[in-house]
Amino acid sequence: MIELTMSERKTPSRTNRTQISRRDFLKVGAAAGGGLFLEFAVPSAGGAKTGVSAGHEFSPNAFIRIDRKGAVTLIMPQVEMGQGIYTSIAMILAEELDVRLETVTLEAAPPNDALYRNPVLGFQVTGGSTSIRAFWMPLRRAGASARAMLVEAAAQDWKVEPAVCSTAAGAVIHATSGRRLPYGSLVDRAAQLKPPANPTLKTLADFRLVGTAARRLDTPEKVTGKALFGIDALPPGVKFATLIASPVLGGRVIRVDDATARAMPGVRQIVVLDDLVAVVADHTWAAKQGLDSLNITWDDGPNANVTTEEILEQLKAASLRTGVVAKSVGDVATALNVANRVEVTYQVPFLAHAPMEPMNCTVHVKPDGCEIWVGNQVLTRTQAIAAEITGLPKDKVIVHNHLIGGGFGRRLEVDGIAKSVRIAQKVDGPVKVTWTREEDIQKALYRPFYFDRFEVALTGAKITAWKHRVVGSSILARWAPPAFVNGVDRDAVEGAVNLPYDVPNFHVEYVRQEPPGIQTQFWRGVGPTHNVFVTESLVDELAHRAGKDPVSFRRDQLGRAPRLLACLDLVASKAGWGQVLPRRVGRGVAIQDVFGTNLATVTEVEVDEQGEVYVKRVVCAVDCGIVVNPDTVVAQIEGGMIFGLTAALHSEITLAKGRIQQSNFNNYRMMRINEAPKIEVHLIRSVEAPGGIGEPGTAAAAPALANALFAATGVRLRKLPVDRKALAAGKSA
Amino acid sequence: MIDLQINGEIKHVDAPDRMPLLWVLRDLLGLTGTKFGCGIAQCGACTVHLNGNAVRSCVLPIGSIGTRAITTIEGVRATPSGASVQQAWLAAEVVQCGYCQSGQIMSASALLTTTPHPTDAEIDAAMAGNICRCGTYVRIRAAIKSAAQLAAMRGTDGDRTDNV
Repeated sequence: MIELTMSERKTPSRTNRTQISRRDFLKVGAAAGGGLFLEFAVPSAGGAKTGVSAGHEFSPNAFIRIDRKGAVTLIMPQVEMGQGIYTSIAMILAEELDVRLETVTLEAAPPNDALYRNPVLGFQVTGGSTSIRAFWMPLRRAGASARAMLVEAAAQDWKVEPAVCSTAAGAVIHATSGRRLPYGSLVDRAAQLKPPANPTLKTLADFRLVGTAARRLDTPEKVTGKALFGIDALPPGVKFATLIASPVLGGRVIRVDDATARAMPGVRQIVVLDDLVAVVADHTWAAKQGLDSLNITWDDGPNANVTTEEILEQLKAASLRTGVVAKSVGDVATALNVANRVEVTYQVPFLAHAPMEPMNCTVHVKPDGCEIWVGNQVLTRTQAIAAEITGLPKDKVIVHNHLIGGGFGRRLEVDGIAKSVRIAQKVDGPVKVTWTREEDIQKALYRPFYFDRFEVALTGAKITAWKHRVVGSSILARWAPPAFVNGVDRDAVEGAVNLPYDVPNFHVEYVRQEPPGIQTQFWRGVGPTHNVFVTESLVDELAHRAGKDPVSFRRDQLGRAPRLLACLDLVASKAGWGQVLPRRVGRGVAIQDVFGTNLATVTEVEVDEQGEVYVKRVVCAVDCGIVVNPDTVVAQIEGGMIFGLTAALHSEITLAKGRIQQSNFNNYRMMRINEAPKIEVHLIRSVEAPGGIGEPGTAAAAPALANALFAATGVRLRKLPVDRKALAAGKSA
Repeated sequence: MIDLQINGEIKHVDAPDRMPLLWVLRDLLGLTGTKFGCGIAQCGACTVHLNGNAVRSCVLPIGSIGTRAITTIEGVRATPSGASVQQAWLAAEVVQCGYCQSGQIMSASALLTTTPHPTDAEIDAAMAGNICRCGTYVRIRAAIKSAAQLAAMRGTDGDRTDNV
């Protein structure tokens, strides 16, 4: 038995007697205090591809408890951050179990890698548009097994065959006699039964909940101000702090003149650490006033003179090196030896996440324990870093996870938690450390700056050779070393290695080049957000070079991708592709098969004489397999599109003298409602397994936009963000 | 001590005149529904009503408020259009992460109080100060229009706020 070592109310508990399914995907037993308890294993969505999930011994990482009142609780590692996962996951379980959606409650798991690890990454994490893909089959099988056992329990009670019983709304029904037993009355008996070896799953035609726009379960308290995010934690006696870390990565504090701050009302304490200074006060405003009054002398350290230009030069130089082969088919060297050959480079900038909830963490370090209040996607790393800093055993670190006010990848890191724990070690009692927006944008980890070098050959209107070298930082090498295999960062080349077109000679390389003075991390859309932009922009270039319409050029080379072809045809039809448009108005198309989801996008823009861009309309056709909640899918495409358009139109993190030059929403601009286009999302009915939906929209935004800008102006943008001067001048950049 | 009228109650606050209302609400009064986003009135997460008008509480010194009535997200339901906006927000499934939505709802309800049937341009003008990183703008536009209809129905049929 594995026993959870922590968490007050969320620990799954059951008695020792368990029944194991012959196929070893499920353990079933009695819950402590009565009821049915199921344990099952959820592999990572990427597991099959990497071979990690095959053949390992049964180790459950998700738990279902059905109590004597019929209440169903699912305990799982995924966290809610606005993607609607708590509703969609509950829908899948309610569907197979045949209960009303409102009887299912989801509990966020406490930190425990042994129980809740992601098999590929080796720890507990929510990210990569993987939740539905990972849970779909295991949760259906667990739900169907539990339902079968409840039916069997009722059948025994009534002394009838299980086959003549049915279920509906959390009860077993014997139609001929009109008898009905609610699940809650059957759980103890069911817990004594053997789970079925092959539980019968519902057919798609039997689904009554999956595929409907069920109401989101997490939203009512978000419209009344009652929802608690990490920043809202107020443990008794809490003090409030804000901080400034070295403006240059790797810099150190030399001297702090804090005479003014000490005299300020409300200021309680100045915490000076090696690389940061924090002011602790009675409220956040006093802490901020105190911080602003400090005169800090920094030693900027080895990165004192880093600039974006220097980083770009290093990437360019690295792009001339031979990389590690990520995928190679045919003979690209020979095939490139033709007349119609194109050599181009593309680049995308560093990006900050800037979630609306700034980084924050509340910590209480005591001699014998540590308590943390935060919203985070990597709970066990949160616990581990606090244990490491304080020297406490992990089981003495209690993490209260909260709603996340925007993740987008930023809350897959624990840098902020580490800083907060180090500050809290100097403070008597709990302290809430809140990042100013400036600190949140300037002392972060960023989406990598990538540089891409292409050599491509066209024969007639067909791409006959494609050589793509991806150059940039490896996030996986730092963040999940087991996933960084043979020098290839699979994330950095995702969307590049799986180009959907029929290209007979195809070669993708990766060159790892780490930038000085800045750290990199995942950002919504991860690898594909960069790769779909560069590849779909280049495909558009090739279409024009071949003298073909961009939609037909793509259509003719999608022999291997019927689902994507169907998306392309639908989006072209819905968008009115081919219509004559006014001057300086253009439409661009982009297609992709990433995160297990096929998506085709047409974006319409207008560009004025000054180069200002107006995004008028975005039309998407999506085949993401079986849709659990269509409204959530649409919402994720809409939101992902706005996130990607924001970056493509406005966002760029730059360095000068080792310092990030952007600081707040006045100079790190966000798309606002007046700039937001109409977005139409068309879903294609599918019987394939569900795909991921949190990130595809973001990946589609920039290429469809850039191709539309070309159509409107004749200007090809080979770097982001959009260069308005180039659009005004009519020169490709 | 300063007296502030918040959601219909008088609160005695021991804080300096220059302290922004946002931090009084959040850190001293525990009204955490009003959010901190930028500190420079650029994002709208901290929006509250002052006598029914939307203001950014992160730059509003409490000494400047006087006797004007403050309404926060915790009290918006009692305002003329607050309940309609909340109901429309849920019906349109506007919310994703939810962090900016207090501010969005405060701005939208202030808009509907002065402009019961806003055009797209009026919605854009009133809501452009509220950033949403989840990108819920498309639905915000739709929800404001349906809230306007709900509010109009309430005006003729009496109060129907109980199901919010």
